[in-house]
Amino acid sequence: MSEALSAKLSLPDDELFLGHKACAGCGGSLAVRLALKVLGERCFVVLPAGCMSAVGFLYPQLAFGCNAIISTFAGTASMMSGIAAAARALKLRDYHVVGFAGDGGTADIGLQALSGAIDRRENFIYICYDNEAYMNTGVQKSGLTPFGARTTTSPAGKRAAGARSHKKDLFEIVAAHGVDYAATATVAHSYDYIRKVEKARATVGTSFLHVLAPCPTGWGIETDQTLEVARGAVDCGLWIQAEYEGGHYRINKSPRRFKPIEEHLASQKRFAHLAKADIAAIEKERDGRWKRLQRLSGGG
Amino acid sequence: MPKPKVRLYIRPSSPKVYPVGPCFMAGHLVETNASWRSERPLVTVLLCTGCQRCVRACPDGAVLRVGTGVAIDYDFCKGCGICVHECTAKAITMVPERGPNDV
Amino acid sequence: MTSSSLASNTQSHFISGNEAVAWGARLARPHVIAAYPITPQTVVIERLAEWVAEGQLGSEFLHVESEHSALSACMGASALGARSFTASSSQGLLYMAECLHYASGGRFPIVMMNANRALALPWNIYGDQQDSLALLSGGWIQIYIEDAQEALDMTIQAFAIAEHPDVLTPVMLNLDGFVLTHTYEPVQIPAQEAVDAFLPPFRAVSKMDLDAPTNMGFTAGPAHYTEFKVQQHRAMLEATRVAAEVDAEFARRFGRSYGGAVTAYRCEDAEVVLVTLGSVAGTVRDAVDGLRGRGVAVGMLKLRFMRPFPGHEIEQVVSGARAVGVLEKDVSFGNAGAVFSEVASTLAGAANRPVLLNFVAGLGGRDISRADVEQMFVDLIAATTQPCERVRFVNVQETNNV
Repeated sequence: MSEALSAKLSLPDDELFLGHKACAGCGGSLAVRLALKVLGERCFVVLPAGCMSAVGFLYPQLAFGCNAIISTFAGTASMMSGIAAAARALKLRDYHVVGFAGDGGTADIGLQALSGAIDRRENFIYICYDNEAYMNTGVQKSGLTPFGARTTTSPAGKRAAGARSHKKDLFEIVAAHGVDYAATATVAHSYDYIRKVEKARATVGTSFLHVLAPCPTGWGIETDQTLEVARGAVDCGLWIQAEYEGGHYRINKSPRRFKPIEEHLASQKRFAHLAKADIAAIEKERDGRWKRLQRLSGGG
Repeated sequence: MPKPKVRLYIRPSSPKVYPVGPCFMAGHLVETNASWRSERPLVTVLLCTGCQRCVRACPDGAVLRVGTGVAIDYDFCKGCGICVHECTAKAITMVPERGPNDV
Repeated sequence: MTSSSLASNTQSHFISGNEAVAWGARLARPHVIAAYPITPQTVVIERLAEWVAEGQLGSEFLHVESEHSALSACMGASALGARSFTASSSQGLLYMAECLHYASGGRFPIVMMNANRALALPWNIYGDQQDSLALLSGGWIQIYIEDAQEALDMTIQAFAIAEHPDVLTPVMLNLDGFVLTHTYEPVQIPAQEAVDAFLPPFRAVSKMDLDAPTNMGFTAGPAHYTEFKVQQHRAMLEATRVAAEVDAEFARRFGRSYGGAVTAYRCEDAEVVLVTLGSVAGTVRDAVDGLRGRGVAVGMLKLRFMRPFPGHEIEQVVSGARAVGVLEKDVSFGNAGAVFSEVASTLAGAANRPVLLNFVAGLGGRDISRADVEQMFVDLIAATTQPCERVRFVNVQETNNV
C-alpha cells in the first residue's frame, strides 16, 4: 500500500487511553480509544463507575492522556452538563465535552440524567459503550442485556433460562427526545464509528452514540473474537446501524437477508442454553424492531 | 501528548505530599501490562500491506504505525490476539510468550 | 424598592431569609448555578433565576432534573475551576447524599444552602434539623444561621472559606425551614464592588485544564485511600482558623462580625447552660433574659458551626456550669439527638462533670415557645440535684414523658 493511501487512512498516532487495566480483548476500551483519537486531547472526558473508569484511573496508574474525571454512577450526563456550563462561563475555546458510560450507566441508573441533559440541549457528546450487562461488577443483568443472555443475576436455571426481557431500545429513547444527533455503531465497523464520532464532533448541541462493545469475559467468547462477534450481531440483524439527524431516522444499511441467528448466538457461551422457543422470540423481536425503525425512517 | 512514558513511582511520604484530592496529572503510568500475556503477536513485516486494520482494532493501543507497516508495543500488549484475527494478509501470528527474564 | 435593583451598604431591605441567601449568592458571582426546586428552598432559586433572566446575574443556570444531578453538575463545574452554588432541603438533600461525600472527597469548594426541613416519613414540609444533622459525616463544613442578615453575609463568607487553599471543602449553610427561610427582616445588602473586593475570583488548585490536563475523581486503593481521608479531615480542622480570618476581614469591610464557631450569651457565671443552634436561639435568648431578670443564673451557648465541631470552645464556655442541656430539632432514633451526642462526647473529660440533658423539640415544625424553653431551664436546674431522664422529647401528646 502506498504511503499516501496509508496516511489517508490513518488516525492520529496519539494514544489518549493507554496503560489501562481492561481485560484482554475488551470492546469497551476500543470504543474509548478510537473516539479519543478522533476528538483529540482538548477534551474533558467524563466516565461513571463502570469498566472504563475502573480500569483507567487506579492511582497512581492514570491511563487517560487528556482531562478526565470519574462521575457518580447516576451523574455522568449531569456532571458533563456542569462542565459544559463552566466551560461557557469561563469562555474556554476549542474543546469537547465527552462522556463514556456503559449500558447500565446510561440506560438504567444514568437514564434520568441523560434525559435531562438532552432536554437542556447540552453541548456535548455522550457515548454509551454497550457490553450488555454490568460487566465491571461481575456480569449482572442490565436493562440492555439481550433476551435469553445468561448473567450472574439472570442465570440459566430450570425456572428461568437467562434474561427474560428484551433490550430497552436506547437509540429510540434518545431519538424520541429530539436529540440533535444520535447514531448506533460497533467497535468492529471502525470507519463507520469514526465517521459518526466526527459527525458528533461537528454537531452543535447534544450528540449520542450507542456503540456495541463485545466483552469476552461476560459474553463467553475468546479474547480475539471481539470484532468478529460485533460483525456477527450486525450481519444477523440483531444490531441495527442507524442514525437520527435533523429529526429524521436513517438506517445505514439494510441487508436483504440476515445471516442465521443461531450461529451468532451459538458462538457465545452466554447463549449456550437457549431453547428453540427463545431463539424464535429473539428473531421475532428483531423483526419487530426492524419494521419499526424502517417505518420511522420512512422506508419499508 | 503523544504517548505517556512509564515512570518510577515513589509513594508520597505523608498526606501533605499527596495530590490535593483525587486529582493528578493526566497520563501518569507507573507500570506496563506486559506480564498479562501468555502469548505474543509477531508481525511478519514483508507480508504487512499497511492497511492498519490491526491499529484500529487493538483495544490497548499496542499496535503502532511504523512507516508503511506496523509494530507491536510489547509494554502494553496483553496478547488478546485480535490483531492476529483481524489481519487479512495473515501477517501476524501468535507465539508463546517467553520467560519473564527474556527480552 | 424592588428586589431586582442593586443596593448600597447603608440601606435596609425588608427581605426573607431565602431572599437574603439569594442576594448573597448573587453577590458572590457564581459561574454556575444548578438546582432543583423543593419547599422551602424554592424562593432562593426563583430569585436567582429572575436575575439571570433579567441579565442582572451572569451565571449559567442549569435546570437539572434532580438534586443528585444538581450537585453532580456543580462538581463538574468546580472541576474546571468554576465557582458553583446550589440549594436544597430534606428529601433533596438526602437524594444527593452520595454526592455530598463525593464533593467533599473531591475537594470541590461548592456552597450549598440547605433549608432545614423534616424528613419523610411521614411527609412534612416544615422546619426541623433532621436533614442536615443526619449528614454530619458527609465531609461538608456545616454552618447554622440564626437570622436573615447572617444568611446573606455567611453565603458570601462561605465561598471565601470553601475556596481557601488550606480548606478546599464544600460548605452547607443551614436555615430553619419557614421560620427563617420565609420570615422577613431588615437586611443590609452590600454593594457588588465591595463584595468583589472582599471575594476575589476562585483560583482552583485542582482542576481539569486544557493546557495542563489532569485525571480527577480517581480510584485509590487500600494503600492510598487513608492519606486522602486524613488530608480531608485536617483541611476541615483548618476551617476553624480560616473562618475566623474570613469573619475578621468581613467585619473590617462591612462592619458586621459573627464571633466565631460558637456564640456564648450570659454564660460566664451561668449555673446551667442551654446549647442550641439555628433560629430558635432568639427564643432562648429571650428566655435567658427573663430568668436572669428573676435572678436565675442561666446562659445560652449557640453553635454556629457543627463542622468542624467546636469541641474546645464548648468545653471552655461551659466549664463552670453544673448542668448543660442541648436543644435540637432532630433525633438519632435509638440514641439521642446528634448534637447532644457530640456535645456529651466532648464534655466526657470535663473537670466540672456537668449533668447532661437532651431536649428534642420542634420536630416537623412544631413550635418552640418561650415558656417551653423556660421549662427546659427549670428541668436543667432540677437535674443538678436529682437523677432524671437524659433524652427527652418536648411537648409530646401524652401524659408521661418519653
